[in-house]
Amino acid sequence: MYYLWVFLIGGFICMLGQVLIIYTNITSARILVTFVIIGVLLQAFNIFDPISSVARAGINVPIIGFGASLAKGAMSAVKAKGLLGAFTGGLEATAGGIAAAVVFAFIFSLIFKSKTKN
Amino acid sequence: MDNELKKRNEAYNKYVKAKIPKTKAWPSLFNSFIVGGIICCLGQGINDLILYWFPNMAQQTAWAYTLIVLIFLASFLTGIGVYDKIGKFAGGGSIVPITGFSNSITSSALEFKHEGIIYGICVKMFTIAGPVIVTGVVASIAVGIIYLFI
Repeated sequence: MYYLWVFLIGGFICMLGQVLIIYTNITSARILVTFVIIGVLLQAFNIFDPISSVARAGINVPIIGFGASLAKGAMSAVKAKGLLGAFTGGLEATAGGIAAAVVFAFIFSLIFKSKTKN
Repeated sequence: MDNELKKRNEAYNKYVKAKIPKTKAWPSLFNSFIVGGIICCLGQGINDLILYWFPNMAQQTAWAYTLIVLIFLASFLTGIGVYDKIGKFAGGGSIVPITGFSNSITSSALEFKHEGIIYGICVKMFTIAGPVIVTGVVASIAVGIIYLFI
């Protein structure tokens, strides 16, 4: 049953991205940046977790979840380590995703050829 | 002379505007909604499978594995050229999920492969993802420092 919420909320967030594309013609880099900052703000004001408990993957899979875990990592690391945590926490929490994206991109770009130019 | 230049510029701008591909608003909104929803449901499915196989895993760890699987899939689909086709159909639906982040890195790396491994792949893979990581890190440090004082 909760898959319905995942679908509706996840779809709605992606549709917001499409609204930005249609009405402002912004590039995909700006869209991603916008949504990451939205995620950081949602976590900073502690409203990400309540939404996440209902929406689950609907908000964790969009890049908003990436922004939220950056902020969440920084906040919990500050609690544990003080000022140093502000610097280490964000990347620590998202290191898995960033490293995975980098290593898979490296491997697959070595294996495959660009399909856009032919 | 100035007038002529102005006229030419106007004509050129008109020409450019006519040539920019117009996205039809309503169908593209619908497509992005459906594809975005499906990708999120796929993520939920992977997450549920992981928690089913490893019931003792913390939810946060399970999300990390889920995202890694999604990133792998998107990177692979970009490599074989399928993700771009999904992207043409879905627009925002393929950019906003974490798969879009992965796609942006792999597609930039692929596109500049011909410039070599170091200056092509390694340098150019961050053309789109770089700003995302930079703003994310800066914002998270700001949040952490503010959090320190409250």
